[in-house]
Parts: sequence; structure tokens; C-alpha cells
Amino acid sequence: MSQVLVLAEHVQGELKNNVAELLAAAARLGEPAAVVVRQPGTGAQLTARLGELGAAAVYVADVEEADALLVTPQVAALAAAVAAAGDVSAVLVGTSIDSREAAARLAVRLGAAFLSDVVDLAAAPDGVRATQQAFGGAYTVTATAARGIPVISLRPNSVPGTAPAAQAQEIRLAPGPNMAAAARITARHEGQAVSTRPELTAADIVVSGGRGLGSAENFVLVEQLADALGAAVGASRAAVDAGYCAHTMQVGQTGTTVSPNLYLALGISGAIQHRAGMQSAKTIVAINKDPGAPIFEIADFGVVGDVFTVVPQLIEAVNARQAVGSPAG
Amino acid sequence: MKIAVLVKQVPDTYGDRRMDPATRTVDRGSADPVIDEINERAVEAALQIKEAGDGVTVTAVTMGPVRAVEALRKALAMGADSAVHICDDTLAGSDAMQTSEVLAAALAGRDFDLVIAGNESTDGRTAAVPAMLAERLGMAQLTFLRTVTVSGGSVSGERMTGNGYVEAQAPLPAVVSVTEQSAEPRFPKFRGIMAAKKKPLQTLTLAELGLPGGEAGGENSWSRVLDVTARPARTAGTVVTDDGTAGTQVAEYLAAAKLI
Ligand SMILES: Cc1cc2nc3c(=O)[nH]c(=O)nc-3n(C[C@H](O)[C@H](O)[C@H](O)COP(=O)(O)OP(=O)(O)OC[C@H]3O[C@@H](n4cnc5c(N)ncnc54)[C@H](O)[C@@H]3O)c2cc1C
Ligand SMILES: Nc1ncnc2c1ncn2[C@@H]1O[C@H](COP(=O)(O)O)[C@@H](O)[C@H]1O
Repeated sequence: MSQVLVLAEHVQGELKNNVAELLAAAARLGEPAAVVVRQPGTGAQLTARLGELGAAAVYVADVEEADALLVTPQVAALAAAVAAAGDVSAVLVGTSIDSREAAARLAVRLGAAFLSDVVDLAAAPDGVRATQQAFGGAYTVTATAARGIPVISLRPNSVPGTAPAAQAQEIRLAPGPNMAAAARITARHEGQAVSTRPELTAADIVVSGGRGLGSAENFVLVEQLADALGAAVGASRAAVDAGYCAHTMQVGQTGTTVSPNLYLALGISGAIQHRAGMQSAKTIVAINKDPGAPIFEIADFGVVGDVFTVVPQLIEAVNARQAVGSPAG
Repeated sequence: MKIAVLVKQVPDTYGDRRMDPATRTVDRGSADPVIDEINERAVEAALQIKEAGDGVTVTAVTMGPVRAVEALRKALAMGADSAVHICDDTLAGSDAMQTSEVLAAALAGRDFDLVIAGNESTDGRTAAVPAMLAERLGMAQLTFLRTVTVSGGSVSGERMTGNGYVEAQAPLPAVVSVTEQSAEPRFPKFRGIMAAKKKPLQTLTLAELGLPGGEAGGENSWSRVLDVTARPARTAGTVVTDDGTAGTQVAEYLAAAKLI
């Protein structure tokens, strides 16, 4: 059976959350195999762990400066793994910036088709079927690789289930010295991502705040409602631009696309670019003091009112229900 | 120093963007074509480097249909020195692999020290062309930047990541891309708009780039769209005006819908 290679991203030997899903998706298309790039002497346990998640083979590239060079070590390792595997029917990566860019470069190096931000995958007799969304979920697109193997970046939380555990065979790659001109990371300023809240793309409920919150201090109200509901926190671009919250929270055209069961928009006008990132939510609730706000055109339940009076009352009502043991979720 | 800025014309995100399920392509008649907002920021980044240095020239480059020249005019009006328009009917329906091949052919051999792109286009959203170009041109890749600084023989800046940013540096020549957190683009002034009309603008066909036509366009793309389906439009639901109980009403609505 031909192999499907998965780029297994990790932070100092700790696999990223999406790796299990990538291997599950790979199992739909062929025999799952993982590709790991690591600093020499680190990540010794990765092969066994990847086997538990379904990888039948693990291609390991030990690269000096793996953590300091941008993207090029991953491209070299993936290309070397494709060569070593011989029969490869697809390459799967996640949607982190690093992964998408490694996949894009790999497609050029191999002469392959790049399919980005895929939300579903299936095998067909004449190749893979990849489902994508266009214009913020307004269209569903099915695509395939017409030339070359498909190199696919898969949006998290798209493919359910897990691959059956396998006895992983480790194959050491010798990608050779890094010949490509490369950018070098000189300092990192990244959060520990120890948030207890669910991830934006994975959350069942998303509570987002907009410019209507008025300040970073007031934005806490959004977080309070999110915590009462066990939800992730999102934001409009205007809220991000005004510095109320981190840019990684942005939902919309140029931010994250979410399709939760429930989306609550607080003090968000509902500009078309914001809607492009959340209009595929199952249920939309909006609170805005302007009855003419376009968000009401797509809200299942809308409140014309002030977030500073409506939201505290809502939090209280939610907490009261949970205190009496109403079913949650 | 020579800088190339890559600009793309896209359907206006403020408009009603549509795809045609029959042709499986973007319906060009729906939303107005405009220069992508992110590319105005790419032009701005180039102009700031030009203003900070000596002897810096900025060339705006696009691949697109006849009307895409308007995106180049905007870049020229903002302050770019010259422009290159790759325009050929056979290019219609190109994917990122093909677009990057054509752009690479247009950039190669022109001695650019720096290529500046937007991080991600608002129509395709593949965020692939800059990385693909670095691969094809053998240049260093320093993408998703919110700040761009050129000094000596290198470019550096803050690259956005999923949970913060990293500082990174690359030797020139390099391909960089900027994010929407990068500097606000300037508005073209009347004088700039008038001057733009006299700036050199070169139009190139595929043959003039020395590329075989048989590899171009949707018929020969690497990735192929098989099917396009429109989602049913959303409709408005209940809207209540707060009478002092709206918070409780929302909770009741959520509970009735079994959402809490
Ligand atoms: C290329 C491009 C890409 C873009 N990408 C995105 C994107 O990814 N995500 C995104 O969100 N936007 C995006 N935008 C921006 C978008 O056009 C809007 O500017 C933005 O979404 C507005 O955010 P907002 O609703 O928070 O602000 P505003 O439009 O200012 O709306 C604030 C709302 O809050 C309400 N309000 C004020 N005070 C209160 C109160 N006390 N109680 C209740 N309501 C109150 C007001 O009535 C108003 O409706 C993009 C724009 C462009 C051109
Ligand atoms: N047809 C094109 N002409 C010029 N530049 C382009 C073209 N397509 C993509 N680019 C550049 O690549 C960036 C990222 O685009 P994409 O990879 O399509 O998301 C854009 O912001 C442009 O700077």
C-alpha cells in the first residue's frame, strides 16, 4: 500500500494537537507515516508516540538548528522522506503558517498539486477528493490533484476519529546540509498557550467581542461570558486593531474561520468580512445597540441593547442554570 | 537596491463575491475588482524602505487580466517607480503553482534584492505564492512579517506565529510577505495619481517571458476544482429590544435550543 506522509509538528518533543487528526486523515488515503524534524538528541520518544497514533513508519531528520531555521528544514525532510518511501500517494500537513509554507515549497520541489485549507478528505478511484470552502464558507468546493501527488494542508477539527495504533518503524533521513538560503529566528516571543479555554477552531461555542466593547479593560466581559459557557474567545478586526485582544483571536476574512454550534457576537456590527469567518456557525446570537447592525440579518436570536447591561445579566442567568444542575453542552 | 512588490487584483471583499458553479471559477462580474488591501501594505513597506535609503527603486508586478493594470496604477500612484503587467488570456484559471512559476519567470534575471508580497490573498487565501517564489528563485524566505527592516545585506522583522511572534533575519536577496498588522498604507495624493500616468509600465505575454503556453491556465493546473456548491443563504431570526430582561431571555433561548 502506498504511504501518506504527515508532517508531525512538535515543540521540543511535545507533539502538536493536530498530529493525531492528520494521521487519522492519512489512514483514509493509504498507510499513515510521519515525518519528524528535530534537533539532534531531542524527541527520542516521538517514534513510539507516533506509532500509537497510527504511524506505520516514522521518518526522522536530525537537523542542527532545526528550531532556528525557518521552514527550509521541514521542506528538505519531507522531500527526503518522499524519496525514501518511494510510493507516496499524498502529503498532509496542518494549517500553521510554518506547515502551510513548507507544503507550498514542497509542491514546487516535487512538482505536485497544493491543496490548501482542506476541511474534508476522501479517497476516490482516480485520486483524492478534497473539500474546501471559498469566500468564507459561502461556497463548498471539491478539488483534486490533476498533476502530481496532492500536498494537502488540513484545517484542524475537520476529520473525526483516530487511526488504529501501529508498530512504528523508524527510518533515519539524511537530508544533507541545508543548501537553501534561509531565514534564521533570532528571538521568540510566544505565549505558553496554557489557556484553559478551548481553541478557537475546535470550540463548540465561540464568544466574540467587537469595537463595541470600547476598551481592553471592558473586553474582560467577553472572556467572562466565554468562561461561563466554556467557550473560546474571538474578536472582530476592529477590536484587534484597537488593541483590546491578541490578533490570534481575530475571526473573519483575514482571521480564523470558525463554524461552532453557537456563536455569540457582542458589540460587533457584522461587516461582510467578519461574517466571512463565522456565517457557517449553527446558531448565531448577537447583542448590539444599533438595530440597523448587519449582524442581525444573519442572527438567529438578536438583542438590541447595551452589552454592558445585557451581558452581565446573561452571565448571571447562565451561572444560575448551571448551579441548579441543568444539563450543560 | 531594487525592490519588486507583488500586487494582485481581487474581487472587493466589501462586494457580493460569487462563484459560478457552471464554470467553477470566480464570477468576475459580481464584486468590483480592486487591489487587495494586503498588497497596499506590501507597497507601503517597499516605499518606507525606499524613503529610508538611497537609490532604492520599487517595481510593482502583477499577473492578471487586462483590468489588473488598475492595481498597478494604484501602486504607482502610491509611489512605486515602475510596473510590470503579465497579461495573457491563456493564464486564466491558474493555480498557485502556475502563478508562482510565471511570477518567478518575470522576476528572475532582473536583479531584485527584495521581493515583497502580501501574506495571503483575500480571494484564494492559499498564502502559498510567496513561499513558492522563494523556492523557485532560490531566495531566502522571510514571510508573515508585521515589521520589515533592511540593513546592510539583510532583511529582518517580526514574523507572526500562531501564539505570538518571532524575530527573524535573512540574507538578501529575499522574498518577504507582510501581514495586516504591518504599516497602514498611505493614500495616493493627486500629484501621485498624475505622476503615475507617466511612469514606465511594461506588459508581457507568456511567450515574451519565454514560458511554454501549453503548461498555462486552468486546463493544465496542478490542482483542479471538480465541483462548486453555494451554501443556502442565512436568514434573520428573532430580534428583541432590551426591556431590562434581555440577558435572561438570551439564556432562556439558549436553554430551549439545548445550547446550554
Ligand atoms: C480586506 C479586509 C479584511 C478584513 N478582515 C476582517 C476580519 O477578518 N475580521 C473582522 O472582524 N473584520 C475584518 N475586516 C474589517 C471589517 O470591514 C470591519 O471593519 C470590522 O469587522 C468591524 O469590527 P466591529 O464590528 O467590531 O466594529 P464596528 O463596525 O465599529 O462595530 C461596532 C458595533 O458595536 C456596537 N456597539 C457599540 N457600543 C455598544 C454597546 N455598548 N453595546 C452594544 N453594542 C455596541 C455598534 O452599534 C456597532 O455595530 C476586514 C476588512 C477588509 C477591508
Ligand atoms: N496573480 C498575482 N500577481 C501578483 N502577485 C500575486 C498574484 N497572486 C499572488 N500574488 C502575491 O502573493 C501574495 C499571496 O497570495 P496567495 O498565495 O494567493 O494567498 C499576494 O498578496 C500577492 O502579493
